[in-house]
Amino acid sequence: MTTTAQTTQSIRPILELVDVTKKYGDFCALDRVNFTAAPGSVTCIVGPSGSGKSTMLRTMNMLETIDGGAIYFHGEMIGHTVHGQHRYPVSDATARKQRLNFGMVFQNFNLFPNYTALENVTLAPISVRGKSKPEALAAGEELLGKVGLAEKKNNYPSELSGGQQQRVAIARALAMEPEILLFDEPTSALDPELVGEVLSVMQRLARTGRTMVIVTHEMGFAQDVADEVIFMDAGRIIEQGPPRELFQNPKTDRAKKFFASVAREQAEEHSHA
Amino acid sequence: MALTTNGRPMTLTEPVGSTTRRHQDLAALPIRPRPSLKRWISYVLAAYVGLIALEMLFFNQNWQWDVVGSYLFSQIVISGLLNTIQLTVLTTVFGLIIGGVIAWCRLSNLAVLRTFSLLYIWVMRAMPPLVMLLLIYFVGALVPNFSIGIPFGPSFLDIPANQVISQFSAAVIGLSIYLGAYSAEIFRGGVQSLTAGQAEACKALGLSPTKAYVKVLGPQVVRNITPAMANEVITIFKNTSLVSVIGYTELLTTVQNVYAVSFETIPLLTVAVIWYLVLTSLAMVGQSLLERHFGKGFNRRKGSVPRSTQVEGSEGPVAPNPLTDVLAAKDEK
Repeated sequence: MTTTAQTTQSIRPILELVDVTKKYGDFCALDRVNFTAAPGSVTCIVGPSGSGKSTMLRTMNMLETIDGGAIYFHGEMIGHTVHGQHRYPVSDATARKQRLNFGMVFQNFNLFPNYTALENVTLAPISVRGKSKPEALAAGEELLGKVGLAEKKNNYPSELSGGQQQRVAIARALAMEPEILLFDEPTSALDPELVGEVLSVMQRLARTGRTMVIVTHEMGFAQDVADEVIFMDAGRIIEQGPPRELFQNPKTDRAKKFFASVAREQAEEHSHA
Repeated sequence: MALTTNGRPMTLTEPVGSTTRRHQDLAALPIRPRPSLKRWISYVLAAYVGLIALEMLFFNQNWQWDVVGSYLFSQIVISGLLNTIQLTVLTTVFGLIIGGVIAWCRLSNLAVLRTFSLLYIWVMRAMPPLVMLLLIYFVGALVPNFSIGIPFGPSFLDIPANQVISQFSAAVIGLSIYLGAYSAEIFRGGVQSLTAGQAEACKALGLSPTKAYVKVLGPQVVRNITPAMANEVITIFKNTSLVSVIGYTELLTTVQNVYAVSFETIPLLTVAVIWYLVLTSLAMVGQSLLERHFGKGFNRRKGSVPRSTQVEGSEGPVAPNPLTDVLAAKDEK
């Protein structure tokens, strides 16, 4: 905790989660989660499945409603407005505007199957941002070039490999020029040999100083790019800190057990490959 | 023992050079498909059935093709046909609008709308279309005046039912609300067949619900429901023949009226069948155009490259990218 305080003290955080709580009936998916992201920082969220990693990520851009706590973007509360002693959820229109500050990359890509790669990338800039078609097309082609898919622009998602689809999805998120990029297990649906191409694109983004929050199982990647790693279990943040510190000297038994099992799994995967 | 390609033992007297030449000669022989008895039997059967059809259709005097020909484009038949087309088009337009609205109600988060749409679908599905048409045509007996006002209280506007309900309007209203109930369920099925991820991706990109439906979700819904909806529309267009019970003269009623006088029953029914075939063909052409348009991105794999080879062959950026090498090296240690 002390290390995060150092990095965030001088700079105003771009994103802040305060006591965020999310319940499904009696089940507590998120239990008073606190988190701060400095501008340009890269945060990786790790932990066993069902620990609330994806839920936490999805509360940030309001794909999940929250039952308690608050989320601040550049110091302003998003998702709710304060009226006297109460808070109300913001209107759908406001939520939509606030959501534009975030770009999202999904585990299953969620590309629009009825549009080509380039159309996927330009659809929202044209119809939401109101960009002119030639402008959006030029920007879209440049983005596809950046993810190494310039020559696939006229292919439909069904004609692309998983890794290529995910790179189109990253370009699509970037096309809206969001301030924060959210990645929800971006490589989990990929065949092992396709993971590298997606991670390398993400690594390049991290180096250009983008604020990124990434739910991932790729510990090697987290170690390389993350400024901070958050370990979650049962809806709570158990430990957080710089990756090397966290991976090499986990303080809690739960974290030790989890990192040991992940190391074993990845060793097995590499021996197969 | 060494064998030649056709399985005979190689004679030792034959020099090696001539063996290779023989192999080349044999390899140059053209390949023909195996003679297949099955195929010939199927041809014979098809020819047999074709001849029977020919005899029944064209050499059977009872069809009276000359009579069919004389009525096919006659003014009375064409005006009946136009009535059928008009009725079908209006019914389809109104029916699909009703269906869309009801499906939207059914998926609403307002309990009142959900209940209303459920009741509507329940009642309309229970009612045979014939009963529906008769009920609407004779609605004046049930509700003499359509009035807008307060129930049990005063009314502000009164319209006599008989002014609104004609044979034509009863036909359009009856068939539309019938189609509305069925198409509502098809619309709902189409919406529910979308994966949640598509709606979420739209949300994440900031598309408003309307834009999401117009640009992304709607086209996918249309693709999913086109076959079922084409069924309903073709059914409704044949159901227009039911309106003969309330005396509206569409195609079938027209030919019935004619053969009631001339007793040329078979030729006139044939005329009706020919026109129904023509209209159904048009509907099916429309269906396949819709399916082709909204199927883009789904069924084609350009060049149909198998996935595994495509990944290795065209994945240019992977190899020259130093980052992946770094990652790989790190993974190994």
